Amino acid sequence: MRFLLRRVAFYALTAWAAITINFFIPRMLPGDPVTALLGRMQGRIDSRAEHSLRVLFGLDQDTSLWQQYVDYWGLLLRGDLGLSFTHFPTPVADIVSQSLPWTVGLVGVATVIAFVIGSLIGTFLGWRRGTWADGLLPVATFFQAVPYFWLGLITIAVFSVNLGWFPSSGSYDRGMVPAFTGEFIGSVIYYGFLPALTVVLSSVAGWVLGMRNMMVTVSSEDYVTVAHAKGLPERQVMFGYAARNAVLPQVSSFALSLGFVVGGTLIMEMVFSYQGIGYTLYQAVSTHDYPLMQGCFLVITLSVLVANMVADLAYALLDPRTRTEDR
Amino acid sequence: MSQTDTSTQDGTTTTEAGTPVAPESSDPVLEIRNLSVDYGFGDDPTHVLREVSLTLNRGEVLGLAGESGCGKSTLAYAATRLLSPPGLITGGEVWLTGRDGQRADLLSLSDAELRAARWRDIAIVFQGAMSSLNPVFRVERQLIDGILAHRPGMRRAEARERAAELLRLVGISADRLRSYPHQLSGGMRQRVMIAMALALEPQVLIMDEPTTALDVVMQRQILEQVMELRERLGFSVVLITHDVSLLVEVADRIAVMYAGEIVETAVARDVYAKPRHPYSAGLLGSFPPLHGPRRELTGIPGAPPDLSKRPPGCPFAPRCAHAMDVCRTELPVLGRTAQSEEGRLVACHLHTSGLVNGELPDLLAR
Repeated sequence: MRFLLRRVAFYALTAWAAITINFFIPRMLPGDPVTALLGRMQGRIDSRAEHSLRVLFGLDQDTSLWQQYVDYWGLLLRGDLGLSFTHFPTPVADIVSQSLPWTVGLVGVATVIAFVIGSLIGTFLGWRRGTWADGLLPVATFFQAVPYFWLGLITIAVFSVNLGWFPSSGSYDRGMVPAFTGEFIGSVIYYGFLPALTVVLSSVAGWVLGMRNMMVTVSSEDYVTVAHAKGLPERQVMFGYAARNAVLPQVSSFALSLGFVVGGTLIMEMVFSYQGIGYTLYQAVSTHDYPLMQGCFLVITLSVLVANMVADLAYALLDPRTRTEDR
Repeated sequence: MSQTDTSTQDGTTTTEAGTPVAPESSDPVLEIRNLSVDYGFGDDPTHVLREVSLTLNRGEVLGLAGESGCGKSTLAYAATRLLSPPGLITGGEVWLTGRDGQRADLLSLSDAELRAARWRDIAIVFQGAMSSLNPVFRVERQLIDGILAHRPGMRRAEARERAAELLRLVGISADRLRSYPHQLSGGMRQRVMIAMALALEPQVLIMDEPTTALDVVMQRQILEQVMELRERLGFSVVLITHDVSLLVEVADRIAVMYAGEIVETAVARDVYAKPRHPYSAGLLGSFPPLHGPRRELTGIPGAPPDLSKRPPGCPFAPRCAHAMDVCRTELPVLGRTAQSEEGRLVACHLHTSGLVNGELPDLLAR
């Protein structure tokens, strides 16, 4: 229990640091949002409107940085991330909460699938090392080396342009109203299949190679030989003794990759014009939408933290040696 | 189960080379015959074991001694078919006599038959006390899974009871069942391993340097415990170690290995008091005696041979003080000693009549 509390305290501290940095960085940037907006509109906004814009953005009061920081925390705790400039006056929280489920759903599921399939294949390849199974390794290395955007474009070219089996962009049929109906969910799966496929294809090889190498290492451990000597069924030795230990490092990198699900799929969402958080961040950056950027960063940072925490807990659950105390 | 062997009912067998092997009158429980092991594939493998024959009698403690790299452990792994690539068994037989008197060659059993025989008939305790237990499972689970794999009908609670009983057998309290291996000391872990090995009351317990990772006090305690358990439960032991002085104390018979061959077998105290092979004599000279007057430690000059570049003749010849011309050209085979002692075998040209022109060197003629 103390282990758990210590970890939680550690993550709380890290979250505080991340949020604080997230608060200060935009304020240390040169210029202010109003001038940026006026500049972007290039005279289409009367310069006399500048003052009203300042009032609107809340930049008229001469509050101290400390007061702003306190206010920021207050707003944050109420889930208020400010208003987006480009989608004015939509709240950033709304935009983020609209795009986040798409990314988490699509990439999260794809990452889990890639991890499970990759680890299973890796277990098998590692167990059958030195046989024909090693011939599959170059295939895995190839998929690991292929740049993601290229893989994405090739799948679009083959499956949606040439064969016409899947749509090349979007996340669901625009003619439908989002709802929890079988038809709509079917459409989401249909539209998400190609992006998910490319994510799985590009990441599965890493899991295969990692797991295979760990299996080779672990298979020469004494306890695996002991398990053989005990006359345990082969499956039990392979999964209970070899794979059970080989998967430990995989689990920590899996949790980390879950953290990057939110922030790391920018290219996929651009290639497939998928309405996820990566795409939103990309738009925010290209339109100098600071509040939206800040919101996206916050969500990404927090999700990496949460994933780390899950990794810690999962590891403690799987490896008794990391639990520092007992009973 | 498997075919029975009738050729050895009289207790004496001959190898292909025609050498008499272990003319023992008692019944053998494990008989290794002409076992050969190569390391490496392709045209030029290293012959690590060359036609090794060894007999373990029921109820006996057989010590296997030799320097590091002489093939002691390889023999244990090969005899139980646990050898992993690039190790390859190239020939030989390992006959195991079951409780019902049925004899089976472990090397020709099917995978399923082998799996059934493992642990039930032959159990092994390995060198690494620290790494022999799966770090992520509790001791209980590791004790139980071996039992359940061989007794599929057994209830879990029953197996758990048996596991507790096993731990008590080796002097560990049953509440340690809930411990993970890393919560146990090295000595306890090795005791757990021994308890695990005895779970199915095997006929043969092979211990491959079971105490090397432990301190001297613990070594003695654990070996004494095993010997005590052996008397109670009646299994046979193959004890592999480089510590000859230890073997002299606990083993009934000792086989001395050198460069993948057995160079001498005899009753333990005979090896100690009257070594017949120059290598055995050298090995004994490199340990301080446990009892009796002090003597100077001599050691053996030179280093063990590179098994991949084995010269013709006796592998020990380059290090042997008594080497003759014939030793460098002809490989000696295991045979009677010059004194024609009962139950002793030695592979040395000094003992081959007609080759020695004088007497045996004093050291070997005691």
